[in-house]
Amino acid sequence: MDDRTKTALHWPDLIYAQFRRVGIRQVGYVPDAGHSRLIELCVNDPNIHDVVLTTEQEGVGLVAGAALGGERAALLMQSSGVGNCINMFSLMRNCGFPCLVLITMRGEFAEFNPWQVPMGSITEASLKLCGFLTYRVDEPDHVDDVVGGGCDMAFGGDLQVAIVLSQRLIGRKEWTK
Amino acid sequence: MLDRREFVQELLIDRQDLLVVSGLGSPTYDVAACGDHPLNFYLWGAMGGAAMIGLGLALAQPSLRVLVLTGDGEALMGLGSLATIGVKQPVNLVIVVLDNQHYGETGMQPSHTRAGIDLVAVAKACKFVDALHVSEIGAMSHIRDLVHNGGGPILVQARISNDAAPRMLPSRDGHAIKLRFMEALGRLDCMNS
Repeated sequence: MDDRTKTALHWPDLIYAQFRRVGIRQVGYVPDAGHSRLIELCVNDPNIHDVVLTTEQEGVGLVAGAALGGERAALLMQSSGVGNCINMFSLMRNCGFPCLVLITMRGEFAEFNPWQVPMGSITEASLKLCGFLTYRVDEPDHVDDVVGGGCDMAFGGDLQVAIVLSQRLIGRKEWTK
Repeated sequence: MLDRREFVQELLIDRQDLLVVSGLGSPTYDVAACGDHPLNFYLWGAMGGAAMIGLGLALAQPSLRVLVLTGDGEALMGLGSLATIGVKQPVNLVIVVLDNQHYGETGMQPSHTRAGIDLVAVAKACKFVDALHVSEIGAMSHIRDLVHNGGGPILVQARISNDAAPRMLPSRDGHAIKLRFMEALGRLDCMNS
């Protein structure tokens, strides 16, 4: 297996390594195929509180509470989940809470389900309207750098940062299975 | 039925290091009316989010107790978070719902609790360690003991009258409230370490 194929397979591990580097202690998520490996890594880490949510908007409250209590948190969600969060995101902006959201995209590249398209096609624009800086990743080789940079901006500057993991990236992972 | 101000006052007297998150609307005014405190995090929005803020805080500060004081409408909007809290079982988290069975901020329209939807039953179904109704001030010492010493997660549904109390408005500056809270918590951490 060459290095490039290894990266393609293990990009969730690279995100997890960044979580470890910056000391993420709480991770909120709704179960998701694209994030399944990262969720598994977080669940198995005794230093991380993994919080399974009934809806993504709960995670926004979790992030606020964690930050108030002095801990760093991250949210994992699918693009559809962004729509569930919009009003609650005002908490992040209003109080200047650091917010790191990792989003697996649906409704774009090679999407077979048209029901995913309406939200997927406005995900990034919605995040920007909510005050998020958004960074899109298409290549496995870029995951480590972009996520690391996003972590530093969120926690260094109390900013709201969304890492948009494209469907092409996630699809490529499935392809190499 | 309980008077909301008297009930909240009795809960918060001699609160020591209790961390308090108040739901938007009247619960925020009730908490402020007991005397402003740096360990109050007042919400003026984010409806449906109070319990989850409490969970994040309780997980981050396991040696301190966290009280979420909110209204029936706010709690109803975050019903799923009771299931999420039930999964995590935070021992240091208490949710007190001030239930006047109405949406006070928008003109006293009846809420779901008015129709008999029972938040205590929901909390029990969500594996809360304790969940109970209170409607008489005579039960106060028991409620105070639960809030300050009981093993959570706990939910108290307090039936309050819907008499309007004078508005007591704390700061609406989210950054200021956050920073003040974090500074006060930081001082506690220094003293305890």
